[in-house]
This record gives sequence, structure tokens and C-alpha cells, in this order.
Amino acid sequence: MQKYSVFSLIKNAFSNHQNWEVAWKDPTPKSEYDVVIIGGGGHGLATAYYLAKEHNIRNVAIIEKGWIGGGNVGRNTTIIRSNFMYDANARFNEFGMDLWRNLSQELNFNVMFSPRGIINLAHSDAQMNAYARRGNSMRLNGIDAKLLDRDGVKKLIPMADFSDEVRFPIFGGLMQPSAGTARHDAVAWGYARQADDMGVDIIQHCEVTGFDVVNGKIKGIRTSRGDIKAKKVGLCVAGSTNILAEKLNMTLPIETHVLQACVSEPVKPLLDGVVTFGAGHFYISQSDKGEMVMGGDLDGYNSYAQRGNLPTIQHVLTGGLALFPFLSRLKMLRTWGGIMDMSMDGSPIIDKTHIEGLYLNCGWCYGGFKSTPVSGWTFAHTIAQDQVHELNSELRLNRFSTGHLLDEKGLGTKTWIG
Amino acid sequence: MLYIKCPYCGLRAQKEFSYGGDATVKRPNINEEVSSEDWDNFVYMRKSPRGKHIELWQHIAGCRQWIKVQRDTATHEIFQTAKVTEEIR
Repeated sequence: MQKYSVFSLIKNAFSNHQNWEVAWKDPTPKSEYDVVIIGGGGHGLATAYYLAKEHNIRNVAIIEKGWIGGGNVGRNTTIIRSNFMYDANARFNEFGMDLWRNLSQELNFNVMFSPRGIINLAHSDAQMNAYARRGNSMRLNGIDAKLLDRDGVKKLIPMADFSDEVRFPIFGGLMQPSAGTARHDAVAWGYARQADDMGVDIIQHCEVTGFDVVNGKIKGIRTSRGDIKAKKVGLCVAGSTNILAEKLNMTLPIETHVLQACVSEPVKPLLDGVVTFGAGHFYISQSDKGEMVMGGDLDGYNSYAQRGNLPTIQHVLTGGLALFPFLSRLKMLRTWGGIMDMSMDGSPIIDKTHIEGLYLNCGWCYGGFKSTPVSGWTFAHTIAQDQVHELNSELRLNRFSTGHLLDEKGLGTKTWIG
Repeated sequence: MLYIKCPYCGLRAQKEFSYGGDATVKRPNINEEVSSEDWDNFVYMRKSPRGKHIELWQHIAGCRQWIKVQRDTATHEIFQTAKVTEEIR
């Protein structure tokens, strides 16, 4: 494989960049694989990459209904963080932060990981107390956390509304300085290119239509491009999890909802890092291109449409304007939606299933992007070793029936409330 | 914007309603022994189909009644609405 570097860039400039190698091939599916990963998003591509790299399992196919990077990995708002309170989530995501820090070098692809920090704003004394508690929990797990008072927040985001008239005054905030953003497309492409180089077949435009299960053991899958035999099958399909589960006669603690995001026209550098509004559904960051990237909460009803409705955008931006009045002068460039696999406690599931050789990776809610490397890493381990890793030992499917829920936000099962 | 026909008030905008989830989930009978599995199924397990979905909405900024709505989760088309005591085929 051609290595990307400043030298290869100069060399290819002489031929007008017409002779670059393709980054990944377009193979026809073979009749049999050791492992088939369904879903060519960030998590599926990362899983295939770590299967090949960490476990030397290279007879692997990724089956993708659309094209790689066309689903949630290309639709999220690129936030990377590990500011969790519960040990299981904190350990899992902090391991992921370590993978992020070295990802550009490892993949030889600039994922533009930019740890500029995230601030969760507090608007009451109670919220400050809750953040102090969360910050302490984070620090006990070795994650950097800083409790900011009002002046501390004002120093970092002076353009927020600090006037006396506001309905929700800023009391302070909890900051994770090591959190940040990355270029989401590059993450998908970087994993795809390396996985392809190690022998993984990336099969696009191939829809899974059914599963071949004999005596409780997976034998293969049926697809729009023919049957494929497989010793092991991993599901990494985010918002389509319930559709495939139905084909397997499985019911899961997952509901599918649509989440929208939007970006403004690009402006000069203004906002460093990510800011979340603590009194409403709104968060914001500024992309390297200068666009303000904004999101909020689910549209609030079950949906498989990869688009949402205007009332939600209006609701989210109302919160945005309350926090950052300057937004009223900006034009919106575009809005879009993605479908989320909302688990019933807000935490993901990476586990084996009751079907031998079938593995499940789902329930990412609206936080899947930040966990892309660690999800792939632990899912690859779970598939290769046929047992969960210590990192995902609490992210199991049976935690709902045993009562070991990881309800980080304390919201219960009404996933659409947010 | 969804437009939902409240069986009590008529056609109203989505903003007047709040969502209540899958209407086909049945709570286990209160006076009978409930197995853990049945309870799990009731509390956590959801079909979440792509296509027709019967769900609960509350007309929170109107008559405040709970209603049933049959809606397509892929196209958002609404086929039928009914009072919560009525059945949707």
C-alpha cells in the first residue's frame, strides 16, 4: 500500500494527482468467510481492522447496504469525549481516548483529532453539585475534569450571554480539556483503507436479507448479492439493528429514533471546543471550515427516516439563541438526520448472543462516534475470543434482566425524553 | 411537521402533542404472578418496526387525552388515530 506522506503528496503533484492508488478495492463477495461484519460504518470498519491487526483474522468481509461512511459515521457532530460518571462507561471510553490520540499515526490517515475540550454548562446550584460529583468520579478513573465557576466559563466563551436578563444564567460548568473533535469521514476512510490492505473485503451496495441459523448456530447470511457462509457474524448496524433482529426472531431493548443536526455558514474562528447548554437541548462546536455545528435532541418518536421535522430544529435553535445570541445573525447551511439505536438505559451493548457465532454491537444512542475505535477494538476481541473483554464486561445484553443497568443520565426507558 | 387528528379535537399540529411510545406493549396483569421474563419484556423489550407502528400520543396542549396513532416510521405518514380505549386493526 502506498504510504501517505508529504513526499507522496509532492510526488503525485507532478502527475496532477491522477495516479493515486485506490484507497480500498471493490471486491465481489466470496462464498465463505471466517467472520462477516454487517454494517460498513465506523464501528464495523474499526472491528474489521482490529480483527485483522490484533487477532490476525483476515478472512473477513464487511457487508454494507449503502456505501461506507454514508450512515451515522458521516452524520454525527464529531464529538469525542469520555466525561462519564459510571466506572464501566468511563473506563471503556477513556481506553478509547487513548486509541484516538494515536489514530492518525496508526492509520496513516489524518483524522484531524483535535482535543480542544468540552464544557457542560450548569445553570443552577444543584447542577453545579451534580457536575462536581461527576468530575470527581471522572478523576477517580484517571480522566481529566475541571469544575469551572462563572468567571472561568466567561474566560473561555465570552460570547455567551452573561447578561442579567437571561432566563438560565450560567453558574459554571464541567470541562474535560482532553475531549475534542475529529473529522468523521476520515475515520471511516482511514479504517477502511487499512482493513482493505490487510485483506478485508469491503462489500458495498449489498443488503442482508436473512440469516442461516441451524441448531442455534450461525452458518451464514443471505444477501442481495448471494448467500455467504460465515463461521462468525457480527452486527454493527446502529439504527438498523431492530430490522435485522426481527429477521433473527430477536427482540432487543432498543428503539430506533431520528436525531437531527445542522450547520451554519462558515465564520472566522470564534468558538474553541465544544459547549453544551445545560438548561435545554443544545450543543455547539465550530468546525475547521468555520461552520457552527449544532445539535440537540431526538425528534421524539420512533423513526427510520434519515430526516426529521422542523419543529425540533426550531426548538434546538431556540435554546442555542438563549445561550449564544450571535447565532441569530448566521444563516443555516443545512440540516440532516440520522437514525439512532436508542438503548433502554442509554449505554451500548457489545456482547455475544444466544445464537452461537452471532455477536451484537448496538445501543449507541447518540454517542456512537466517540467510541468508534474502542467499540471496534472490544467487539473484535469479543468475536475473535468468543468472550467479552474486561472493558465491555458490563456492556452486556443481560444487564436489563439482571438489573445492572448503566443509566448514566438517570432517565429510565423513555429514550425519547432525552 | 406531523399533523395528528385527535379523536376529540380534530386535526392539530405535532407541537400540541407529546409522545408516549409503543401502544402495543401490554402491562402484565396486576393481580397475577409475573415472571421476570414477562416483566423484562414489558419494561425493556421493543419491536420498533420499520413501517406501520401503533403508538401513544398525549394531546398535552389540547384536551390532554391519551390517543392511539398508527404511523409509518419510515415515511411518517399517519394512517389512523383512535381513542386509547379503541382498537386499531
